[in-house]
Amino acid sequence: MTGRLLTQLAAQAPSFYLQQGLNGIFSGSVYALFAVGYTLVFGVLDILNLAHSAVFMAGAVLALIFFANFGLPFWLAVVLAIAICGAIGYGLDLVAFRPLRRRGAPHISSLITSIAVALIFVSLAENNFGANSQRYPASVAPDASFHVGGVVIDQLSILILLVTLGLMAVLAVVIRRTRPGRAIRAVAENPRAAALMGINVDRTIALTLVISSALGGLAGILYGLSAHDISPYIGRDQVELKGLAVIVVGGMGSITGAVVAGYLLGLIEVVALVTLGSNVRTGVAFAVLFLALVLFPSGLFGRRRERRT
Amino acid sequence: MDFFIQLFTDPLGFYSAHQLLISQVGINALLTLSMYITLNCGMLTLANVGFMAVGAYISVLLGLNTSVPFPAAMLIGGLAATLLAVPIGLPVLRLSGIFLAIATIGFGQVVVGVILNVPATGEGQGLINIEASPATAINYIFGGLVVVAFVLWRLRGTRLGQAWAAIREDEVAAEAHGINVARYRLIAFVLGAFVAGCAGGLDAHLNFIIAPSEYQFTRVVGVLVFAVAGGFTNVVGPIIGATVLTSLPEILRFARDYRDLINGVVLILVILFLPRGIAGGRRPGGRGRLMALWRWPRSGPATS
Repeated sequence: MTGRLLTQLAAQAPSFYLQQGLNGIFSGSVYALFAVGYTLVFGVLDILNLAHSAVFMAGAVLALIFFANFGLPFWLAVVLAIAICGAIGYGLDLVAFRPLRRRGAPHISSLITSIAVALIFVSLAENNFGANSQRYPASVAPDASFHVGGVVIDQLSILILLVTLGLMAVLAVVIRRTRPGRAIRAVAENPRAAALMGINVDRTIALTLVISSALGGLAGILYGLSAHDISPYIGRDQVELKGLAVIVVGGMGSITGAVVAGYLLGLIEVVALVTLGSNVRTGVAFAVLFLALVLFPSGLFGRRRERRT
Repeated sequence: MDFFIQLFTDPLGFYSAHQLLISQVGINALLTLSMYITLNCGMLTLANVGFMAVGAYISVLLGLNTSVPFPAAMLIGGLAATLLAVPIGLPVLRLSGIFLAIATIGFGQVVVGVILNVPATGEGQGLINIEASPATAINYIFGGLVVVAFVLWRLRGTRLGQAWAAIREDEVAAEAHGINVARYRLIAFVLGAFVAGCAGGLDAHLNFIIAPSEYQFTRVVGVLVFAVAGGFTNVVGPIIGATVLTSLPEILRFARDYRDLINGVVLILVILFLPRGIAGGRRPGGRGRLMALWRWPRSGPATS
């Protein structure tokens, strides 16, 4: 069985591998974009925001609703959807995180409130959008494709890749060079010290959630464009746990790590798909996660942190 | 409202009308207790549903392919989960906090992945369990629940229970006092796996079909929610959490479409206004180590 598979694989043209590799990179873009928002919030708040996958879904669903039901031009629908996702991030902090923070509640409580918010959004989507999978009309995305040396590259994938890389570059500059970015890093390092330095911690955390959620919403839209699958469950089923794997492997709180691990996961999934078949696809992500946690508990790019109190 | 009116005016009619719901309450209570065991020792592990799946598939496969009677098949399923928990727990329990939680989520997903790829488990289709018997399952479920709750309640005063409490309050201090932290954590993990594995067997005896889709991440999250909403400072909290939140959809039948929305709102309200859970009790302790680990670093003097 394995032998036959290997001969089959060896018989493939090099372009086959190139094509698969490109596919991995394109799906990795969505993972990376999603995971950056996830890991940003973890870095600042030290909590897992399990509502992030619901925001991902909300982005995709809202853009479709604005476009198809309200008849807005697609670019405007996308911008509005991303803006609303950002606002959802602000609301999330207000309702689910800030009251608990004030009280010094255990982090497990914030985990649960973020789950609760996710439940609410998925239920709202089910009732207002329907449980079935829909897609953006074909007219909204560029559908031309190039053939380069036996490899098919479509414009949409290139667009997604460029948008992801561009946004990552912008985010890196914002976090490193700008004042709000420095505030975010200071709060991530030590909220109390940051407060003593005159940083408004609550506002910085809210800003982090807005950025994170806007990125999450955009990731959802890009996923919807490339996978032609928009339903209330895409966040939960497609990215929630994979995103977790990505941020752990990349090192919790590390943005570079999340990007690299996002692309890595895209590639690993393709390798698993080609060599082992489609059933093992998700299992592989978790086998990697499991090994990564046991072997490199701080992730590829994580700082070593003392985990004992 | 009918739900409560019938509960008090016609308990027997209520019992026969809601037998399935009552059984599910029992299953969820058992699962929540299995999570309580590890929470009580200061660990957030989310492997319970993975162990539940192991217990369910082993007991069903035994029932279908051999002449092992049900309670024995269930216990063998539970023991299989227990045995599996040892090699899983040894490396994983070195982690703590959110990392432990994530690693154990990974385990649950790998179990589902294995089920999807091993032909004997019916793969994605699942297995039809012709041996299932909801009418007798309910007795086993509540028998099991009583035993587990009683044992856990009595354990609190024993050496084991004290060791768990000490580890929960302060792992380093416990180690310094000669408690073998690694061993006691492993015992909690393995015991939790046994309870979850048995709950899986019981669940499979209640339903005529078992399928990998039942053992997804959402279900673990549900169990965690039961534990936190009910409160995990004592044995009663998890049972109350599971009971209230499992029956809520049935009580709110008129709003069935908005079930998850209402669940979400109720959860937020419970966390915001009943910080120690519905059955949290007055004991100011119970935050201890687990809470310290999860506490917001900027906690003010009022809370620390």
